[in-house]
Amino acid sequence: MRVSTGESAVGLPRWAFVPAAMGGLFVLLPLVAMATRVDWSSYWSLITSESARAALLLSLQTSAASTVVCLVLGVPMSLVLARCRFPGIDLLRSLVMVPLVLPPVVGGIALLYTFGRRGLLGETLQVAGVQIAFSTAAVVLAQTFVALPFLVTSLEGALRTAGARYEAVAASLGARPTTVLRRVTLPLVWPGLLSGAVLSFARALGEFGATITFAGSLQGVTRTLPLEIYLQRETDPDAAVALSLLLVVVAVLVIAATRQGRPGRGLL
Amino acid sequence: MRKHIAAAGVAALAVTALAGCGTSASGDDGEDTGTTLTVFAAASLKGSFEDLAEQFEASHGGVDVRLSFAGSSDLVAQIQQGAPADVFASADTANMDKLVADDLVAAPQDFATNTLEIAVPPGNPAGVHTLADLADPDLALVLCAPEVPCGAASAKVEEAAGLDLQPVSEEQSVTDVLGKVTAGEADAGLVYVTDVAAAGDDVEGVELPESAGAVNTYPIAPVADATQADLAQEFVDLVLSDDGQQTLAGFGFAGP
Amino acid sequence: MTLSFAATLPVRGFDVELDVAEGRTLALLGPNGAGKSTTLGLVAGTLRPHDGEIALDGRTLARADGGRARAWVPPHARQVALLAQEPLLFPHLSVRQNVAFGPRSQGARRRAADAAADRRLADVGLAHLADRAPSSLSGGQAQRVAVARALAAAPRLLLLDEPMAALDVDVTPELRQTLQRLLAGQTAVITTHDVLDALLLADEVAVIEDGRVVERGPTAQVLSRPRSAFAARIAGLNLLTGTWTGAGVRTAGGEVAHGHAPGDGLVDGAPATAVFRPAAVAVYLEEQHGSPRNTFRATVRSLEPRGDLVRVRTDRLAADVTPQAVAELALVPGARVWLSVKAAEVDVYPA
Repeated sequence: MRVSTGESAVGLPRWAFVPAAMGGLFVLLPLVAMATRVDWSSYWSLITSESARAALLLSLQTSAASTVVCLVLGVPMSLVLARCRFPGIDLLRSLVMVPLVLPPVVGGIALLYTFGRRGLLGETLQVAGVQIAFSTAAVVLAQTFVALPFLVTSLEGALRTAGARYEAVAASLGARPTTVLRRVTLPLVWPGLLSGAVLSFARALGEFGATITFAGSLQGVTRTLPLEIYLQRETDPDAAVALSLLLVVVAVLVIAATRQGRPGRGLL
Repeated sequence: MRKHIAAAGVAALAVTALAGCGTSASGDDGEDTGTTLTVFAAASLKGSFEDLAEQFEASHGGVDVRLSFAGSSDLVAQIQQGAPADVFASADTANMDKLVADDLVAAPQDFATNTLEIAVPPGNPAGVHTLADLADPDLALVLCAPEVPCGAASAKVEEAAGLDLQPVSEEQSVTDVLGKVTAGEADAGLVYVTDVAAAGDDVEGVELPESAGAVNTYPIAPVADATQADLAQEFVDLVLSDDGQQTLAGFGFAGP
Repeated sequence: MTLSFAATLPVRGFDVELDVAEGRTLALLGPNGAGKSTTLGLVAGTLRPHDGEIALDGRTLARADGGRARAWVPPHARQVALLAQEPLLFPHLSVRQNVAFGPRSQGARRRAADAAADRRLADVGLAHLADRAPSSLSGGQAQRVAVARALAAAPRLLLLDEPMAALDVDVTPELRQTLQRLLAGQTAVITTHDVLDALLLADEVAVIEDGRVVERGPTAQVLSRPRSAFAARIAGLNLLTGTWTGAGVRTAGGEVAHGHAPGDGLVDGAPATAVFRPAAVAVYLEEQHGSPRNTFRATVRSLEPRGDLVRVRTDRLAADVTPQAVAELALVPGARVWLSVKAAEVDVYPA
């Protein structure tokens, strides 16, 4: 194994390469297997069909919207969890992680019981003229529900590691809390914030169970790419495989693009 | 000392477990060769086929019928990939034909038909009485997606009646449609007669005279090169017999 | 800008009262854990007092009684700048942006803030590093930038928490000189272990031990006539306390330290302190008699090199002797010795 001159990987025993390689293959081989099944001659027509394009566009739009909602809600949540101390905060932290453990379909059912027509908040919303079920908003809600914990875990960890010393200095220099947040806290945890956002986006993109249970499935409104793939399996397995590969490519592109843009600072 | 006790305990457990593996699951008449018959059936056949399986086990001592319910296309995919099924019962002929084309099944026979019915939440809050009512744009209507058997039937009925239905969602399976209706999220849904019967008080059914225009025919066939070829044929015979047909009728199916 | 401070934190055993006049620098001396950082934290607003009041220039920063807060000004509104042991320069900003942080946070426009930053950097002699990243600076340079940054925020009160502690010894004289220049006219409180910091930078000194102020006064006075053990140690003097007998100070242990007393002031029986330099102490293996001398029994605890002498530390007193003497007397930890000092070298004053 060649390493760049001047560096040596200390603390990496030789045997570690074996399970590492196995793990890598375990993830890559299914993707390769999928790629070999694709009917390449009809690939382009399969992924540019009307339903496929509608699904892809909807997926990208809703995932982007969900990521924004995750940021708007998740950044303050991470700050509170990382910096505050009050009785019950550990319980709160565990509860916030629940969507990670919950089967997505169960999450969808829970959302239905909350925002559905007969749900906890649904009845009040109905009266106010707001209909959430079967709408694109429902898709965004479902995706946010499952993706939020990714952002919160990632960012809270980064905030704890960074500590609050720089914030104390900034305050002593006269910066108001919002200024401290904007100019000191967030820039210092930028890598953690970015990777959290990417994880959330990826999770939202691949979300299926909660979406289909809560939002339903209608082309152009709620049928995201994963739902479209699942539907195509009924009649056109070739289309399903082609679209699956498309989803993988989109996910890889998004992750790669954000890694490129990361500033190479020595901090984290 | 503790280590020895622990080791003895583990050994004892292992022996019991191994002994347990040796007996057949339904072995109440003490036969020591347990045979398993694997039946793949469409999801809408759940209640009726569980009943039929019991009847088959009662008349065939020592045989354990293992049922696997899923969407017909999922089952087709599994059989194509070599899943160990002995019998396949599909919710429509289109899916069975795929296996026929691949020579994966023996000659299929139709054993039941199913027609559509409108399902509404108890109390029929939206006041749906006819097929035409479903075309109301303000109605929260949920259908099966056209790609699944019940959705294909719904599309046929829609076309025959010259209507343009605007569903709020096209679900993956009949179960999901029914689920949305029972939860009160949908005002109405198009499901099978058998589904309304099985849901009991959770839904009300509104009869659909136009359903005769889209009848789903259910075929059954023994899988080629099955491990239990003889038993498979016997099971098919049971399904087609008078007893079998009576069982199916009890669940709401009509004859083939 | 005067600071008036009186606060208690029972959970830390902290009960301190002090004040700083406008434009003056107060040095807080004391062993680790005595309460110096707690004091700074209370003034800066990172700690809340249980009881007491902290006011700057007549404006209450914090007031509490019985654990309930009655008044509270958050740290960013106090105009109190804190300089810590580590420079803590914001790593994602350039040196100039760091120094300009204070003015900008207080509403200055970018150009005005940058200009002010450049002036401050020139004050510390680092204007040429304005565009560098903090990670490229040496420890001493970073700390100087931190000073510039704190002063650029135009604080009413500047707090320095052992600013030289993390620096190399050869860098500290330069920073000390810079601080001496910049602190003129600025109200400041500095905590330190180093007597040079106190002497060069502080007008007054307060000694804190176990959460309480044990000594307070102008620097030269406290360090030449310490009244507490810690102040004596930091001033490098031996200290004995007891009561004045008319001829000497009788300690609790019964020994008498004969010394010359100030012309006025000492009444028989009044509490008194005797100090003398370690260099004036001689070490013997046997009790000495002769011209009026003070002799004390002691057991050697440790030996420290001190330039070309060796400081022999015993349980209470220290003596500076030559290395040859150490060898001749076979001084090792645990050895029993007699310490002797001329009465003329002993300075006595009221406690």
